Amino acid sequence: MDVVVDNLDRIAAGMGTTVSLTVVSWLGAFVIGIVVASFRVGPIPPLRGVGTVYVEVVRNCPLTVLIVVFYFGFPSIGITQPAFTSAVIVLSLYTGAFVAETVRAGVNTVGVGQVEAARSLGLSFPQVLGLVVLPQALRSVVGPLGSLFSALIRNTSIAYFISVVELTGTAQQLSVATSQFVPVFLAVALAYLLLTLPTGLVVGVIERRTAIKR
Amino acid sequence: MPRTRSHWMLPLLLALALLAAACGDSDSSDGDGADPGADPGDATEAPEHPEGSAMAEIQDAGTITVGTKFDQRLFGQTDPRTGEVEGFDVEIAKLIVEAIGPDVEIEFVETPSAIREQAIVDGTVDMVVATYTINDTRKEQIDFAGPYYVAGQDIMVPAGNPLGIEGVDDLSGKRVCSVQGSTSIENIREMVPDAEITEFPLYTNCADAMRDGRVDAVSTDNVILLGLVEQYGSDVFEVVGNPFTTEPYGIGIPKGDDEFRSFINDRLEEMFENGEWAEAYERTVGTVAEEIPEPPELDRY
Repeated sequence: MDVVVDNLDRIAAGMGTTVSLTVVSWLGAFVIGIVVASFRVGPIPPLRGVGTVYVEVVRNCPLTVLIVVFYFGFPSIGITQPAFTSAVIVLSLYTGAFVAETVRAGVNTVGVGQVEAARSLGLSFPQVLGLVVLPQALRSVVGPLGSLFSALIRNTSIAYFISVVELTGTAQQLSVATSQFVPVFLAVALAYLLLTLPTGLVVGVIERRTAIKR
Repeated sequence: MPRTRSHWMLPLLLALALLAAACGDSDSSDGDGADPGADPGDATEAPEHPEGSAMAEIQDAGTITVGTKFDQRLFGQTDPRTGEVEGFDVEIAKLIVEAIGPDVEIEFVETPSAIREQAIVDGTVDMVVATYTINDTRKEQIDFAGPYYVAGQDIMVPAGNPLGIEGVDDLSGKRVCSVQGSTSIENIREMVPDAEITEFPLYTNCADAMRDGRVDAVSTDNVILLGLVEQYGSDVFEVVGNPFTTEPYGIGIPKGDDEFRSFINDRLEEMFENGEWAEAYERTVGTVAEEIPEPPELDRY
């Protein structure tokens, strides 16, 4: 265990990178998810098509493939982003597709009567969506969104593929340098649990607070 | 009964493939035979070997099995068009076998790094010429003739060397790339603590990153770097040519056969002196390396 104790600073730094990747990517994923879900439930056929194609393509490709194509492939078409930015963009796009599907599922739980009532009051489609449907839809999918957030924390480990040294990358470096794979990876598993388990608790609290009381 | 069929078909196909490879090799060594033909006594008549020696046995059998890499650019790599294995290691093996007997046929088999000692110990191969670094751990199981080449960790930069990197010390403050989990990257971390290290799973990832301007230099064994230069083009990358570690490549043979070992060492010395070694280098590694190095000092322990 000396390996772990001696390198707590490096493990903490890796954890910091994992956290910042997660937080920034989640903000991006949430915005993308809301926009794409709006496309998919909206009345404009071309936008519905765009939304569907986006979700089906991104959601059905392995994350590793997406990140390698973006980081190593896109420079040849003139898009060159630093590794951290690339990781954030790809994680946002990927998680965003899942968020969109989750939000769409939430929208379907909102009664048709709500929409009809809002329309008869003279609200436009964006107003119906933003003021009436989404607030109710999101409340019903807090749990699934929490699962996506937790998955995102674990998915950030893919960033080491393109040289972002986060928690998993730190573990690889330490285990190669010290040849002590087991203690290092056990410590890192623990570090991931330190991030994911409290997330579950917080999501539980939010879920109870926002539950629709009937 | 398709299953039974595939059981005997596979070895048959392998045998055919090996036969084809062996025939191909003997053809090309005949072709090469024209070069050293200028050297009298060697190619014309069969040399005499002490009775019972490994060389005599090989000469009687008329064939020798040599282990080499099949995937190491410039040293031992199969040509996808002909299926023949080519490179500096292959040339060295041919030059040695030529001295055992000009008619001896070489059968090359693939020996990846992890199985090299085992292949020698269990007699699968008579000798191994496969970018095989001489070290004491390996000497516990086998013996080494040579070295016939000294590799070392070197630096690859974009063609023209825009940052003027001449050696490992110039890497301080630069963006350096190598492969995740390699000893090369640990060497850099130790020797140049303030280098900005980028690490990827593959060497080609590092090469791509440098081509796209994301890193300033790539560092690992010069052999691998030369292979990358060959792959990407010498108008894209160049190797600095100032190695800062040493990896002496030797020829692995069964432990305790001192007669065979000194025979190979004598033959290596001969080709260091008469220029055959330099010619073999020029034909293979020399196609991308800038200059032909001095032959290494033999380690006759």
